[in-house]
Formats: sequence, C-alpha cells, structure tokens
Amino acid sequence: MTTDNAEQKPLDLTAIRNRLASEHGKTYWRSLNELTERSDFLDIVKHEFPRQAILLNQLSRRDFLKVLGASLALAGLTACVPQAAGKILPYSNPPEAIVPGKPIYYASAMPKDGYAQGVLVRSEMGRPIKVDGNPRHPVSQGKSELFMQASILDLYDPDRAQKITHQGAVKTWDEFASVLATQRGPNLRILSGPITSPSLAHEIKAVLTTFPQAKWHQYSPLSLTTQAAQIAAFGQSYEVQYHFDKAQVILALDSDFLFREPGSLRYSQDFGARRAPDGSNGPMNRLYVVESSLTLTGSNADHRLAVRSADVEGFARALASRLGINLGAPPSNVPGQNWLNPVAADLQAAKGSGLVIAGERQPASVHAIAHAINLALGAVGNTVVYTDPVQPNPVDQLASLRDLAHDLNNGSVDTLLILEGNPAYTAPADLDFSNLIKKARFSAYLGQYADETASLATWHVPAAHYLELWGDLRAFDGTTSIIQPLIEPLYAGKSPLEVLAVLLGQADAKGYDLLRHYWQGQLTNGSFETTWKQALSDGFVPNTRLAPNAAPPPLNPAILISPSPSLAAGSLEIVFEPDATIWDGQYANNAWLQELPKPLTKLTWDNAVLVSPGTAQRLQLNENDVIRIKLRGREVEAPVFIQPGQADDSLNISLGYGRKQGGKVLDGTGFNAYAIRTSLAPWFDTSVEVSKTGKTYELVTTRDHQSMEGRDLVRQATLVEYQQHPDFARDPQGQPPSMYDPVAYPGHAWGMSINLGSCIGCNACVLACQAENNIPTVGKEQVKLSREMHWLRVDRYFRGSLDTPAVAFEPVPCMHCEEAPCEPVCPVGATSHSAEGISEMTYNRCVGTRYCSNNCPYKVRRFNFLKYEDDTTPSLKAMANPDVSVRSRGVMEKCTYCVQRVNSARIQSEVTGKPIQDGDVRTACQQVCPTNAIVFGDLNDTSSQVRKLKETPLNYALLGELGTKPRTTYLAKVTNPNPQIKE
Amino acid sequence: MANSKEIPVLQPGHTYRSITEQISDIPLTRVKNTPRGWWIGFFLAFLGTLLLMYAVTILFVNGVGIFGINIPVGWGFDIVNFVWWIGIGHAGTLISAILLLFRQEWRTSINRFAEAMTLFAVANAGLYPILHLGRPWLAFYLIPYPNSQGLWPQFRSPLVWDVFAITTYMLVSLLFWYMGIVPDLATMRDRATHKLVRLIYGIMALGWRSSARHWHHYKSVYLLMAALATPLVISVHSIVSMDFAYGLVPGWHSTIFPPYFVAGAVFSGFAMVLTLMIPLRKVYHLEDFITQRHLENMAKILLFVGLIVAYGYLMENFSGWYSGDPYERANTIDRFVGAYAPLYWGLLFSNVVVPQLIWFKKIRTHNVALFVIAIFVNVGMWLERFIIIVQSLSKDFLPSSWHLYTPSIWDIATFAGTIGLFLTLIFLFVRVLPAISIFELRELVHHQAETTGESVRAESATGD
Repeated sequence: MTTDNAEQKPLDLTAIRNRLASEHGKTYWRSLNELTERSDFLDIVKHEFPRQAILLNQLSRRDFLKVLGASLALAGLTACVPQAAGKILPYSNPPEAIVPGKPIYYASAMPKDGYAQGVLVRSEMGRPIKVDGNPRHPVSQGKSELFMQASILDLYDPDRAQKITHQGAVKTWDEFASVLATQRGPNLRILSGPITSPSLAHEIKAVLTTFPQAKWHQYSPLSLTTQAAQIAAFGQSYEVQYHFDKAQVILALDSDFLFREPGSLRYSQDFGARRAPDGSNGPMNRLYVVESSLTLTGSNADHRLAVRSADVEGFARALASRLGINLGAPPSNVPGQNWLNPVAADLQAAKGSGLVIAGERQPASVHAIAHAINLALGAVGNTVVYTDPVQPNPVDQLASLRDLAHDLNNGSVDTLLILEGNPAYTAPADLDFSNLIKKARFSAYLGQYADETASLATWHVPAAHYLELWGDLRAFDGTTSIIQPLIEPLYAGKSPLEVLAVLLGQADAKGYDLLRHYWQGQLTNGSFETTWKQALSDGFVPNTRLAPNAAPPPLNPAILISPSPSLAAGSLEIVFEPDATIWDGQYANNAWLQELPKPLTKLTWDNAVLVSPGTAQRLQLNENDVIRIKLRGREVEAPVFIQPGQADDSLNISLGYGRKQGGKVLDGTGFNAYAIRTSLAPWFDTSVEVSKTGKTYELVTTRDHQSMEGRDLVRQATLVEYQQHPDFARDPQGQPPSMYDPVAYPGHAWGMSINLGSCIGCNACVLACQAENNIPTVGKEQVKLSREMHWLRVDRYFRGSLDTPAVAFEPVPCMHCEEAPCEPVCPVGATSHSAEGISEMTYNRCVGTRYCSNNCPYKVRRFNFLKYEDDTTPSLKAMANPDVSVRSRGVMEKCTYCVQRVNSARIQSEVTGKPIQDGDVRTACQQVCPTNAIVFGDLNDTSSQVRKLKETPLNYALLGELGTKPRTTYLAKVTNPNPQIKE
Repeated sequence: MANSKEIPVLQPGHTYRSITEQISDIPLTRVKNTPRGWWIGFFLAFLGTLLLMYAVTILFVNGVGIFGINIPVGWGFDIVNFVWWIGIGHAGTLISAILLLFRQEWRTSINRFAEAMTLFAVANAGLYPILHLGRPWLAFYLIPYPNSQGLWPQFRSPLVWDVFAITTYMLVSLLFWYMGIVPDLATMRDRATHKLVRLIYGIMALGWRSSARHWHHYKSVYLLMAALATPLVISVHSIVSMDFAYGLVPGWHSTIFPPYFVAGAVFSGFAMVLTLMIPLRKVYHLEDFITQRHLENMAKILLFVGLIVAYGYLMENFSGWYSGDPYERANTIDRFVGAYAPLYWGLLFSNVVVPQLIWFKKIRTHNVALFVIAIFVNVGMWLERFIIIVQSLSKDFLPSSWHLYTPSIWDIATFAGTIGLFLTLIFLFVRVLPAISIFELRELVHHQAETTGESVRAESATGD
C-alpha cells in the first residue's frame, strides 16, 4: 500500500482555491465540473475518485479516510451531472392509465442479432418487469425465447456501464458530443452489428453522405457468413424464409433452425404445430437431421445422423445426385449410406412440401445444393420463399470486417465509432482486432458494459437497453416494429440514433424526435398520428412484411460443381457454435442465462469441449480433463465434456465464454473459443490438434444421471404404433385405490397438460417461470450441490445407444397432486391444498424442515438453503414482480401454478361479473411455450382445452402408480420415423 | 444362566460402609485432588463442546446451506445424528424401567449411569431437530400453543408426533432418573464435609431423611414411574421411525420400521453403555460393583437385539424384492452396489457379523474385545441411519433428480461437537454425582446376606 500511496497525488483543494484566488477579472466558473477540466484537478479525480471507490472493501483505514475526505470534497461534483430536463408532475393529478397494482402492457421489439422479435412488456407502476411475445406480432405471436425472458435482467443489471468515460475518466454527454463533433477526422469508420433498423440505416446513410470518406462496416460473430454464402450462390443477398407449417418432410443439414435463426421463434411454432399425431394441423411431419453436435433441432429429429460438420457436404452431394441433380461426379465414401435412398424417396414423395435446410455453419456450396434440391422438389415458393433482404445494406460481414481491419492497420482511420457488439472480443482471432482498435486516433464505443471493447476504445458511452430507447427493427419476414421505451435510461444510456445524430450536428436530439422525424417521412398514407399510434400500440408498422419474390433466384452453377473437400476418416475437426444460453457472449453477465442448464448438456455456468464417447475413448480423455486445442497457431485450454450423440472425431465448443471484462457475473466462467476462431474457417476447422494438459476443471451440470433406468417416465411410441394402439400410454392398472373418499372440487379445478410430443426443449418456460416468480440464482458452487432454484425444470433423457441416442425432454413443474405427499408431512401446515386443487406454500409459516421435499416423488420443491435472493441491490429490487412474494433463507418454495395470475383473473371476474373463461388464466410457462406444449386451465370446464387434452388417450400421469393423483399430466410422445431406415 | 451364577453381581465381602465410601468418595473428592486423567478427558470433551457452539453460531448466521444437504437429499448428518442419539438414549430407561419390572437385580449397579447417558444422548438428539430447521428461530411453531391466529401444528405430520414423543421421553426419563438419585443425594449430603457442597446436595436431596414413610412412598412411586416409562421406550423410536415409514420414499416406506427401529435403538444404546462402562469401571476401580456378570449379561442382550436387527435387515431386503415395486427394488440393489455400498457393507459387517463373536464366552468375557465390539456396533448403527436416510433420498423415483450427498466440514463439526457435549456431560456426571446407585447396592448386600445366610448387619452396624 505504501508504494501505491507514494505515487498518488494528495488531494490539494487548497491549490485550487489559491489558483482561483489568483485569477483576476471576470473568470467565472459555472461549476466544479468546469474546474475538473484543469489538469491538476483532473488528476485528483482520476487518482482519488473513480478507481479507488471501487476498491473500498480493500482499503485500509488510512485510505478509507482519504477517500472519505475526497468524496466529501467532491460531493459537489455529483450535483453537476445534468438531470433530464422535463416536467415532474405530482401524482396528486395522476396519469390517466396508471392504476396502482394494475400492470400496463406496451408493445415493443427486441433485437436478436439485429432482427426484431415482437415483444409485449409488462409494466408495474413504471417499472418494466416482464417481457413476453407480442401476440399480434407475426414472428413471436405471443410466444417467446429464453433471451426475451432473460432480457429484463439485463435491463436492471447493476454491472452495466453507468458513466461516459474517456480513458477511464468520467465525462459528460456534452463533452463527448463536442469532442466527437470537433475531433473526428474525415476518415470515419462506423462498425455496427447487422442492422435492420430503417431509421438507423437512414441515419448512417446521411452520415456517409455528409462525410464522403466515411465507411460503414457490419459484423456479427454469428451471422458473419450468411450474406457471403448467398452472394456466392446467387450473386446477391436474399432473405430466406421457411414455412414449416407447409413442410411434410424436412431435412436439416447442420441447421439448428429451432434455435439460432432470426425466425426460430416462428419456426418452432410452425414446426411444433405439425407434430400433432392426430393430424389436427395436417399430417405429422418428419424431420431428418444431419449434424455434428446434438442441437435442439437434432434432438427433435425423427432420424438423426451424427457426422462431422465437414462431412455434411458429402452427404448433401450424394443425396442431390440421388434426386437427379447434376453436381459432377458424386462423391464416394459419404456417411449415412443407409439413409440416402429412404430420405431421397421420402423427399421425392413429399414433392413441394419437402424442405431441405442448410445451416449457417455450412459453406455456400451446401446452401446451393439445398436450394437446388428444394428447386427440384418444387418446394421453392411453398416451403421455402425468398424475399428481398430485410437489412437495408446487407454485406459480406467477414469481408467488411477484414476491410476495416486493413484500414485500421494502415493507420488510415481517424475515427472509429463502434455501435455495440463487443468486436474486441468477438472478432476472428487472426484479425487481431483488439490491437487494431488502438490504431484509430479516436475511437468511441457505444456499449452496455465496460467490456473488452470499452477498455480499448478511447471513449465509452453506455448504451441504452432496448427497453430504454426509441428505435425500430425489422423481423426476418420484414415486419417493422417500433421500439418504444418502458423506462427512462437507468444509467444515462444512449441509443445508436442519438450517438450518430452527433455527427449530423444534432447532439441534443432525442431518440424519440429522431425516430418520429424519420417515420413522418415514411408513413405518408393517411394521418401520420393515427398510423403512428396504431403502430406503437400494435407493436409493428402495418404492411411492412416483405412479399416473396416471384422468381427464384438463379443459382451460380459453378458453385454446385466445385468438388467437395474430402476429409480423411478419423481426423479431428473443431466446430464452433453459439452458446445455448449466453448466445455469442452478449448475455455472459446475465445470471439467469448462466445458470440455466443448457438443454442438451445440462451444463451451467461454463462451456466445454463436447466430445463423443467414442472419440473420448480413442483419445483417452475423461470428463473434466483440460485439453489444449491448437488451431492455426493459436491455442485455448478447455475441459472435456463427453456428450452422447456428438459425432465421432468432431469437437464442439460454444462461443461466448471466457470473458474477462464486463461484469461480476461473467467472471471466471468458461473458456474463450473466440481465441482460436479465425476468419479462414469461422465455423469448423479440420487443422486442429489436441493434447492433454494433465489439469482438470470441474464442470457442473444439473444432471448426474442420463437414462430413465427402464422406468416409464417418458412414454413414447411411433406414429404407426400410435395408430394401431392409440392408448399405448395408459396405465394398465389405473389409479391405485385410496382409503379416503375423493375430495370434491365444486368450483374451479386447475390442472395442466404437458405435451411431450411437441415440447422441443427450448428452456423458455424455465426462464419465464424465473422472471414471473422472482426466482433467485444461486451460482455455480450451489448448483454443484444440486441447489438450483428453478421451479420448473426440463428433464432430458437419452434412450438407445451412446452414439446416436434418442432424446426426450420432459418439463417438470409441481404436479399439484390431489393426494399430495408433501402436505401431510409438514409439521406446521405451511403447505396445503386450496379449494381449487392448487398445492400452496405459506412462506411465512414455513420453518424449513425439508420433509415435504424429501417426500415429493417428483422433487420439484426448492429450498432456500442460504439467502439467495438479492434484496439489497436497488436495481434488482425494482425488477421483482410485485404480485409474488420474495422468499428468504430457510423457506421451501415451488411452482404455484402462477396462483397470482389465477387470483388476478378471479378478481377481474368478480369485478366484471363474468365467469373466468378458458384462456383467461395462462401460466407463465404456458404463455411462452412456442409449441403450445403446456396447457393450463379448469378441469371442471368441459369445454376447456386442458380437459379435452386430458381426455385424449395419450394422457398419462407421471408416477401415477403412486396414487398421488397429479393435476399436471403428460401427453405421451409420438415420433414419426421412416420405417425404411433401420437404426 | 448357570454360568452367571458363578460370578455374582456384587463381589462378596462388601459391607454397607465399603460400598458407600467407595462410590461417594468419587464425587466428594476435593477439586484439587481430581485425577489428572479426568482433567485431560474433560478438557478434550469441552473442546468438542466449544466446537459445537462455534458450528452452531456459523449455522445460525448463514443458514443450513453450510451443511452438505441438497435437493433431493434434504436430510443429512443432522437427522442421521438425531436418530443415532435418540437410539443411544434408549438403553437407560430400558435398563432401569423394564429390567426393574422384570426384577433383574443385576441392573442396580448400571442403571444410574445408563439413565444419565440416556438423558445426555436425548439432550443432544433434541438439538438436531432445531438445528436442522431452515428457520430455527421459528421452532416453536411445532408446539401447540394458543395464539390469536388460531394456528396449530399439523397433527398429521410425524414431526409433530416426534415433538411430543421426545419431550415426553425426556421429561419422564429426567424425573425417573432424578427420583432414583434422591436417596443417594441424601447420603452425599450427610457425608459431605464442605459446607457449600453439603448445602447443594442438601437442596437437591429434597429433605430425604430415610424414614420408613419416605421409603414406602419412594418404592411405590418409583415402580409407577417405571411402568410409565416402559411404553415410552417402545414409543419414542417407533414414532421416530414413522418419520420415514410415513414417507413414500423407496427405502423408507415400510411397515417393519417401528419394531426394527426400536431394536436398533436398544442395540445402539447397549453398545454405548458398554462403550462407556468398560473404561469407567477400569478407571474408577469399580470392578466389584460392575462385575463381569454385568458385562456378560449386557453382551448377551446385545447379541440378542443384534439378531433382531439382523432380521430387520433381512426383511427389509426381502420386502424390497417381494414388493415387486421397481423403485423399492432399485433402491435395494443400490444399497449393495451403489455409491454408498461400502457404507452398507460396513454396516452389515459391524452390526451383523461382528456381534456374532459374542457367542464365544472367551470373547464376551474379555473386556477389550467387548469394548471393540461395542464400538463397531456404535459405528454400524450410525451407518444404518445414514443408509436409511441419505441413500434412500439420493436415488428416489425420477433419475433426473438423483444426486449424492457429501457432508460438509460443518456437518462433521456439528457431529463432533455433540459428541464433545455428550462426553462433557458424562465427565461432569461421574465427577459430581454418584455414578452407581449406593442405596440399591446396599440393598443388594442385604439380599446377598439373606441368600447366603451370613449376616452383614453386625459388620455394617457401624456403617450408616
């Protein structure tokens, strides 16, 4: 400490006083803020104020007193942060719409890799507390993904950047604006993610016009090859849309369309609807998946072929030649020989309702082959349509970033403006982007966190969260939404529109005015006000969906015939993929997503190298062994996770982990796969070497056990078996007898049905439950002790061989047993049955014996072993759902069937006098489920959907033989395999 | 019993005086004359007590999360130790009450000590249900007390039955023990030389003057208390066993549990009495009062109860198989081959194999061997509770929720701490109170004299 202190300048307010005294004439100083411009005072601020304050808990008493003194002296500074100018109205004259205790819903849009997901945000007394899909929006249709649910935590994240900084020193917006306006040179570069926003694109174009030497680059680590592949195949960019509602036979070539496409949410809904075995939405579809690593899509396949990503092209070529497409010489030795004929026959029989999808990971040639097959089947225009690009300026992102890197390296960039995206972390390693950023004379980064990029850019401006800003976005089908803010920026964040406006001389322009001004020029039909308000209320601008292009784009024939690269059997490849919970790393500081078990590995808080059991055996790797992966001169160390269903000789590592800066939550989680990802082979690379390090690293999963142990937990049949024995799932003996008379439920009798056939395992329900019910996160150490708090978990079971297992997902909330084993054992009566059949917890009464949990056969009860709930961080307090109690230490909790929603519907019904209708109460998990696998309702209502589902022969109770009479029951899973394929 | 007649329950040659002196001299030793061994033992035991207080403080500050428990294993060392201590607390009352009713006169020299041990074990056991709570400060919710909200405990829950069973047992055992010690306290009062000591013993003796009236009342009440305590010996552990039998966890849900638990409790209680008695007898030279016959009789009971316990294990496994229930079967198999299999085999070895050595007279009359066997049984019975509670919970119905339990450092510290507290109390007991009933031994001298026809009266006239 002593040497550090010696280097620090003592706080010298006296000197400043003296200097002020020595200045003569009309030297007014408006504020201490102005004084901070003086270099000596600046030093004081730098040395004493921002950095030391963070280290308060490490300070010695002496330092503490120093900082205390400094903060007293500088207290005046805090008064100088400009407050938002606006009128403050007292609630004596309350705003019309706000009724305390009643939520208000606003439509908005959330970006996913630049594309819109229509959302409906619930606001309680001005605090947004939950994000759900907007029912009117054509993509989300009221459903949501896990990221949508988790985004509310990002908004309130206390780790978000809160101040504009210049090389670490706190600055004001005015200072930033004036510096940006005066110091930028003509060689301006703007680097953004892929942009669909019409207003932002318009503004960027205005900037490009104003500064002729300026250039605009777009880069995203997850869509960096999309446009390149399209340009290679078709000569130009298109937007590809799939219509799973029309697709009968689907072949996915390394494509995880249920998770990672901009339209995945819609695709999940359409795909799930066609999984009904009774054919209520058209005949049941059939999904073939060829992929390297088990994905959400692969786990829902009727047939799955695990091959290296590098081998997918060979399979595609062989299949295409069976379908009569000329690709030059068909390759030999392709994997999946027993597949080729049946799949080709199946696709041919399906004709126009067949569909072949090539994944993002695959090269342009595979995209071209998929298109050629679709064309040959007549699927183009039916199950797959092409529209004009949604992005106003689609570019080959990798080329665009290379271009920027080249210019930066030349030193020909004066000013670099980075609009979100954290490129210092996500850019391909061979571009060495972190060093290049420093070569720009002036660099500014608009980002939500003080992350890797923020520390390299000279200026860092906190970005506003999408719930704090005005903007617009387009969905994958072109539907344009207006982003409307739910709350004033919590941490003075700025939107990209506002930052760019500075370059156009509008430093003080508000996002709202900029956006409105743009749309005034666009919405010229009829009254602008009416259309504008309608667009805000609906969540999207009418008539913006893109019409399919009539003529399919012509295919570049050269790309089809180019020989497929051959890969020797047994040679290793490494495959990169977006992480199943933290995506490209942008959600790394989101504790909900970090703790959410990844759907297939059930890993939490880490990523790992996924290795197939066969390859692990060959390379003599054990789980948790840390291996060194060398790729093109770079290396990373990461632990091994042995994943059934992973293709042999294919290593898979997810992106987004191993970050070093940007928050407390992401600290120490996972391993950085970007460190070895190069622009030469950003998706899979075969020049990989693996060596053991001798170290081990403890990975934590929420599952110790993989199989069902021969127990009848997920009942399953093929479509043919189902048609022969529709009641295959029924318990032969039915309910065991009870000593007691059945309890009558004369009013409502709430119940739930979960369709295992349509559940795709996407995890959205888990997070929806977490957001709705104020469920805390517990951290990796506690997850390791099996103390995670999720009220709803998705169990994943493997069936069949280790190499090609079938996967079943089973969401398990509380079963609300009519004969609940948990209730009679509680010594204090803290858990009891309601008159409507809900097993309820009385938190105040709970003493924490955990007897109820021990006696619960489903183990759905969760216990606050320690004080998990963060009720001290102010921003997180604001996030809590006011309708749900926050539980403290020592209390048992569990799924309540969202009893707060039941009660609110009851109150509503009592106020209006109308009985509760089916659908008036929807649980949080039901609301988000993209495939409608979860249905909740009144079992006494003969017309309710849940009752009808429970009357179908597929209905069965989990562990029904115990006589617990669960109110939550399951619909057995029916798959639709091709009888021609023997596995 | 032919052999046992050869060894008397009291070595011959003792007079009223010799008994009184030898036993009451131990508590009446001056502080400065306390044997060094006692101090060392007490110091170590007290360190354990301090550890308990430290662990409990940490527990109350942080919550039960400091233990190794999880979901699905909601109960770990806390309830394992609870059941273990309760089991140990069975021997005392059994020896004093039931053997009294059966007129087993050899019980007289060990009943006092066994009862004290019972009390201390039950006190330790009683700590755990409070310590294991998520919110221990609300433990009084389990007690039916009138309140303005009209809330009562949930009487269907075995945990509430536990509260009644244990508090009743504790109270009755305490009264029974105290009543049994009153005449001896009067002896102590009369023999104490220090004023303060005499005052304390005097107050505790409740004015006992050894009058015929006193003896008349005493005898009838003591017998009544014995009759009252007897069913409690059976009921306490039966009810504790219902904590498990009432649940539907495979490995718990079994009708055999009440008798099986009572047998287990007597088994562990006798083992603990032997564990403590053998060194005590040696250190304080009490071989004349606690004779080889006592040890042998207790060993025989240990063997007999051990066979009942072994039968319990057999039936548990049989019904696991015979039920045809896949979950019960899987649980049974897991005991033999699963993660906790070494512990299960260890328990079978300790509780079933090792006690068979008692069949051999040489071994059961060999003090060291008997002590080692008793230790094995103590460990084995602890393992039995661990297997029943932890192993059953760790693998129940849905494989998705299976998880093993590993004790944390605090689980171990709390357990070690309660052993420390138990030993502390034992050390204090043998130091300040007559560990063997003086008046009952004098009675024994009287009976012996009657049966042998010799007269001790003349000799003992100078006694008391």
